[in-house]
Amino acid sequence: MNLKETNRSAAVVGAGMTLFASRLQETGKEMTWEAAKMALDQAGLTLADIDAVILGTAPDAFDGVHKKGEWLLDGAGGVGKPYMRVYTGGGTAVMAPIAGWWHVASGMYDKVLVLCEEKMSSVQPHAQSAFGHIWDPILDRPLKPNLVWIFSMEMQRYMHKYDVSYEDIASVAVKNKRNAVGHPCAQLADPDITLEDVINSEPMALPVRRLDISPPSDGASAVVIVRGDMAHDLTEIPVFIDGVGWCIDTTMWTNRDLAFPEFVVKAAKMAYDMAGIDNPKKEIDVAEPYDPFDYKEVQHLEALGLFEPGEAARATREGKTQRDGELPVCPSGGLLGVGNPIAATLGIKVGELFWQLSGQAGVRQVKKDIRTGVTQAWGDLMQFSSVLVMRRH
Amino acid sequence: MAEQTKEYRATLKPEGVRGKSIRKDELREVPHVTSRPNAKYAWAAGVAMSRFLDELKEGRIVGRKCRKCARVLVPPRMFCERCYRQTDEWVELPGTAVIETFAVSYLDTDANRIKEPILVGVVDLDGAPPHCGFMHYFDEMSPDEIHIGMPVEAVWKPKEERDGAITDIRYFRPRRK
Ligand SMILES: [Zn+2]
Repeated sequence: MNLKETNRSAAVVGAGMTLFASRLQETGKEMTWEAAKMALDQAGLTLADIDAVILGTAPDAFDGVHKKGEWLLDGAGGVGKPYMRVYTGGGTAVMAPIAGWWHVASGMYDKVLVLCEEKMSSVQPHAQSAFGHIWDPILDRPLKPNLVWIFSMEMQRYMHKYDVSYEDIASVAVKNKRNAVGHPCAQLADPDITLEDVINSEPMALPVRRLDISPPSDGASAVVIVRGDMAHDLTEIPVFIDGVGWCIDTTMWTNRDLAFPEFVVKAAKMAYDMAGIDNPKKEIDVAEPYDPFDYKEVQHLEALGLFEPGEAARATREGKTQRDGELPVCPSGGLLGVGNPIAATLGIKVGELFWQLSGQAGVRQVKKDIRTGVTQAWGDLMQFSSVLVMRRH
Repeated sequence: MAEQTKEYRATLKPEGVRGKSIRKDELREVPHVTSRPNAKYAWAAGVAMSRFLDELKEGRIVGRKCRKCARVLVPPRMFCERCYRQTDEWVELPGTAVIETFAVSYLDTDANRIKEPILVGVVDLDGAPPHCGFMHYFDEMSPDEIHIGMPVEAVWKPKEERDGAITDIRYFRPRRK
């Protein structure tokens, strides 16, 4: 790999996102258009300025249509332009902007628009009916699985191997749902939630309880990525994409080490090497790891090298990852607080780091001076991770 | 840094541009259409899995050995994805295991709530290195008894009821001495 010799730098100059809610009246196309318009407005650009468009969206089964890329095309602003769809399950949220980055860093394009959309509420009676198609048809489906099982098994294995307490993990859900208060797009913000609320919430597939899980949602998000030397002309404080990485493990999920996601370590190493980061614990000021479940946030923080394995949950309970803590984690409110419209979580990962690092996060703004952030997403059959390092130069 | 009080433009959503949430019952009152796809599939099990399923019918669990990495691949495949070479031979495993991990599920496959929890997890099969196994149910144990590392054994369907499927094993139960 040749990580330090990409053709040129790229920066985010605008971002937008719609309300996240479990059921939105708008179609996917309408939401996509809304998010794109906000990001373009913030960058002070129009669609005519955009050279290429990348659209990220997760399973076709949510919409019951094939070729969701084409299905959403008109709303995404891709008509008459180079256009492609990116799909790596939940990992799409950070993989689509990585594709946006390489469109620019390769030297091919100057300005690209990256959109991510998800409308999970069309499928009846529940998004689970679509998730069921993720499983292996021969080995897994005859056992009539529910997707929550796999997360529960992973969480159980993680707690066992590193002797992590459920209560410490549950404190992640409390933090993120509280952080989401003040996020104008949030679905599950709760200023009054307590650890007891999470611990006593309905059992789903133990150890996973209802409040350990981010909710299915509908929404769209967008970012505008431009070549680095143009960025300062478009916005006061551009945020540069200094490192990207991604990696995938085997689809044979029962053959993996479920306690520790080595593929996240590999994706992070690629991104850190590119960004010249030797010691992430010292050099990362803010993190937006993927938090579809509370245990995933701590597992990801550890794999991102920000905590030792097994230590992130206790650190969370001790307040170290609060917005005003040593390392603010998910200041957006995350998927647990804002909502989980799979690919569209772009807005609470890359979007949030853009707003945070450029000082535009409003009531969610991290107060201390932050310069370097890492964000990460996770998906496919819990085997893929995408990582992005963002910096204010 | 820009001044902290400045709201970013993206939060200032003009009326009519921001999404509007609707409840499930409200959906029935707004224009919408419904349809149910009628697609059916017949998946070939493939070279490796066909043999695996045939052996299940006989009450045996088999894997494919890769001599290079010394793994016994269960679920079996004809190639090793790590070594990226053809696997070498079929190996019969004893049908005993320990619980690698588990869940106590109050959700069925469609997310309906159920009273009696399903015990389900991953078995780490004896006779193979760690992380060689598959997902299956557990029974004849309570949610309080089940734990990681618990020795278990396969409980098979009666031979005449087996049809060459993972469900030819009914579940795994605590191993009897
Ligand atoms: Zn091998």
